[in-house]
Amino acid sequence: MTTLRSLAISARYLSRDECDAIAKRALSFATADETRVLVNSTSLANTRFAVNQISTGGDSFDAVITVISRLGKRSGSSSTNQLDDDSLRTTVQMAERLAKLSPEDPEAMPELGPQSYQAGVNWSDVTASQDPATRADAVKRIADPAKAAGLVSTGFMEAITSAQAIANNKGLFAYSRSTSSVLTTTVRTEDGTGSGWAGATHYDWSKINPSTLGTRATEKARTSVKAVAIEPGRYTVVFEPTAVGNLVQFITGALNARAADEGRSFFSLPDGKNKIGTKVVDERVTIVSDPYDPDVAGSPFTGDGSPAQRVVWIENGIVKNLNYDRYWAQHQGRTPTNSGGSIRMSGGTASLDDLIRSTQRGLLVTRFWYLRPVDARTILYTGLTRDGTYLIENGKITKPVKNLRFNDSPVFMLNNLDALGIPERVSASEGGDPGQAIMVPPIKVHDFNFTSLSDAV
Amino acid sequence: MAGFAAHSQAGRFATDTLVSPYSALVSPYSAIVAAEPNVKELAMLALDAAKSAGAGYADIRFVRNRNQNISTREQRVSGVSDNETYGFGIRTLVNGSWGFAASRDLTRDEVSRVAKQAVAQARANRSALVRPVVLAPTPPVTGTWNSPLEIDPFAVAIEDKVGLLLSANQAALAVKGAKFCSSSMFFLREEKTFASTEGSFTVQTIYRTLPSMTVTATGNGDFATRESVEVAPRGLGYEHVRDSQLVTNASKWADEAVQKLTAKSVDVGRYDLVLHPSHLWLTIHESVAHPTELDRAMGYEANYAGTSFVAPPEKVLGTLKYGSELMNIRGDRTQVGSLSACGWDDEGVKPEDFDIIKNGVFVDYDTTREQALWLDWYYKKLGKTTRSHGCSYAQTWSAVQFQRMPNVSLQPGTKDLGWDDLIAATDRGIAIIGDGSFSIDQQRYNAQFGGQVFYEIKGGKIVGMLKDVAYQMKTPEFWASLDMVGGPKSYFMGGAFNDAKGQPVQVNAVSHGSPVARFHNVNVINTGRTA
Repeated sequence: MTTLRSLAISARYLSRDECDAIAKRALSFATADETRVLVNSTSLANTRFAVNQISTGGDSFDAVITVISRLGKRSGSSSTNQLDDDSLRTTVQMAERLAKLSPEDPEAMPELGPQSYQAGVNWSDVTASQDPATRADAVKRIADPAKAAGLVSTGFMEAITSAQAIANNKGLFAYSRSTSSVLTTTVRTEDGTGSGWAGATHYDWSKINPSTLGTRATEKARTSVKAVAIEPGRYTVVFEPTAVGNLVQFITGALNARAADEGRSFFSLPDGKNKIGTKVVDERVTIVSDPYDPDVAGSPFTGDGSPAQRVVWIENGIVKNLNYDRYWAQHQGRTPTNSGGSIRMSGGTASLDDLIRSTQRGLLVTRFWYLRPVDARTILYTGLTRDGTYLIENGKITKPVKNLRFNDSPVFMLNNLDALGIPERVSASEGGDPGQAIMVPPIKVHDFNFTSLSDAV
Repeated sequence: MAGFAAHSQAGRFATDTLVSPYSALVSPYSAIVAAEPNVKELAMLALDAAKSAGAGYADIRFVRNRNQNISTREQRVSGVSDNETYGFGIRTLVNGSWGFAASRDLTRDEVSRVAKQAVAQARANRSALVRPVVLAPTPPVTGTWNSPLEIDPFAVAIEDKVGLLLSANQAALAVKGAKFCSSSMFFLREEKTFASTEGSFTVQTIYRTLPSMTVTATGNGDFATRESVEVAPRGLGYEHVRDSQLVTNASKWADEAVQKLTAKSVDVGRYDLVLHPSHLWLTIHESVAHPTELDRAMGYEANYAGTSFVAPPEKVLGTLKYGSELMNIRGDRTQVGSLSACGWDDEGVKPEDFDIIKNGVFVDYDTTREQALWLDWYYKKLGKTTRSHGCSYAQTWSAVQFQRMPNVSLQPGTKDLGWDDLIAATDRGIAIIGDGSFSIDQQRYNAQFGGQVFYEIKGGKIVGMLKDVAYQMKTPEFWASLDMVGGPKSYFMGGAFNDAKGQPVQVNAVSHGSPVARFHNVNVINTGRTA
């Protein structure tokens, strides 16, 4: 059993030296032509609260070793979370056995040799040292004022401390450690007629202020009481940044180059061509992934050990890149994309209030819920507004409205753009985990397609 | 319309090829939890450590989880993996407050340390305590339980699995217009040992199996996919792969993908819907199973999964009219081959079958030990014992257990009606097979569902295929419109491995059974748009 370091900080993860030693031990058992070893260690620490008190929490630590073996063009993979020699040896043997039994893969790519990497920029000692008492204090900062105001608070916070390493028998070794943290809260009125949400995520827990989030959710809970019904239809909508993040991530999720080239994607053009070079959204929209952007930082390498790099997906409305893996890049005569997976979307200088003030009649949407694909041909999704939906009249929020279901595409939305605000880091995952690193502006669009009303609060 | 349920040997598979590729290995996976003598000792050490540190109650789960995944596309194998994770989680109750900690290091020192960590966390969590947690009584249990298993999927040769998938892909791609095909098999074996300070000690071995395919047809600058959703995930062994007839069904699925390209785009309006159980299971899951979870009704999931329109309990139990009199819904963890089946839940309770909706009226929620006492007043009124229904579950050793739905199923009617009978009785309608797009609000009122294949019904007959179909519904209105249910012969269990709830999100594997059923005058929209 590997001995873990005793750290001043509470979270456990494997150091560079420990990962290197484990990888070397695993590689020493390998007999395949090529072997890759991935070492992932993670501490998860979380606290949930509901009805103004902590309901559950959890602390866990795990370390997983994955071995990928290649014999010629055959490959197999096996993983274990037991780090003793016997377990590592057997895991290597299992991967090699699976490789022997698998047919040749005509798309197999050779392992990479040594690479150079920049250091990751998403580590925080504050996050790694977060303990249950810190989280309990954060709960009190939200739940106590809510309770005093006769409201009901619910929420979740999590700190994740992890280290990833990749090594292979061609001399490649990559190591990176990172932290992430998130706090989301939903505050409701006791009679269940009002509900408000606020959330934030950052690799540095000290950047998240529980009281600010509690206040924002409380305000939305109070102001969303007794929502009125409006006719579903096409509306001018001001989307808060979280709502924009909820939808824009589906565009980046559809950027697979192979699907586009094979004619089964929004980014397909006839005759095996794709939309690189084609304008698909408003010219004010630029979408970039950059693993070294401190606001939306990611891992410095991808799963095969390729250095992650800055990728411009859409520039001034025009598709600049699609996502090519190593095989498809070689097949199509392109370079592999090796994106880190984060999203930064361009913005403007307007505040959210400016967007509201400029709206004669429209809706304000806080966030979306239960977003699911309806038609991949147009990246069409359905979903509902949640926890703060309001009517804007003559530049002012005049009343809360009932939640609405939409059927629309983020591509159509970004074509119907009226104005963009200042980008913000958002917590846009459905489940409240830190999720994809996303920085997007509030936006105002016209003709967003709402198709039905919901009585849900 | 032909049925799906014929069972026979699938293509290439033959029982005489059951040669384990692992037989020559000293496999770390060969020993099961029950055979490891130190697990019981470690459990007792941990529980003693928790009690000494001040826990009034504690439980521990050791879980060894092995899964195997084989995936292919067209005539290539895109992945073969075999993975294992093993660890333990300790839950402690200290003066009414929960704590939980977990680790992968199975040593005497570590189980004691983690037990103390869980107690320390429970103490920290007490600072915001309002209502102390109290557990409904449950008798201590000991024993073993295993999924019913004909063929151990981990003992079937990889070559046979790969061969079957590639044969199915070949059959699909032989259909003109079918351009792409991916297929996969997933197998899970979970060995779980549970022990509590109340004296329970159980050992369970749970299997799950899912073969699946997706065929994509392209043409005229358009594309359409057909997924094999009527092959449901099951708590069975490799016999489920064999019985799924992938090779035979592949050409049918491919043919339907091609037909979808030229199908008529639906006219919006109100239609009678004839729903196959391979579709209806998901509508039951979203619009019945989730809103009848007691933690949602009490506000415990407000920050993610949401609350429920079936609330508050004192105003709805025994009185809320949920649907038509044909609507009878039961919860269970006993149906053979279902995903929720087990001997005991994750807090040592033997699950019971129970009514959730009786003749259209809501009568009970899913419960755990903590939750059952919240309904003590109701069970007393009914003259019933207050006990958990056995709905506690954690996705793995590193996650804390909480309330998850059991199998929640629509009961068949007494008349021997089938798919063809419901279509014959329908003048203007749409028949839907397979689940597709799905979305529902956080209180489970407003939902929208697509499907895999849609057929137009006119004058009691299917007249052609439709596309771009989705129905939008309000839950009580939709279930009130249930006007025909099929008989026991039309009953089929759908399900999923990945029902998400809780924070951090945990997935639950659950089955939902149903007969064929008809719903009157439902709002259908057209989802087709032009890019």
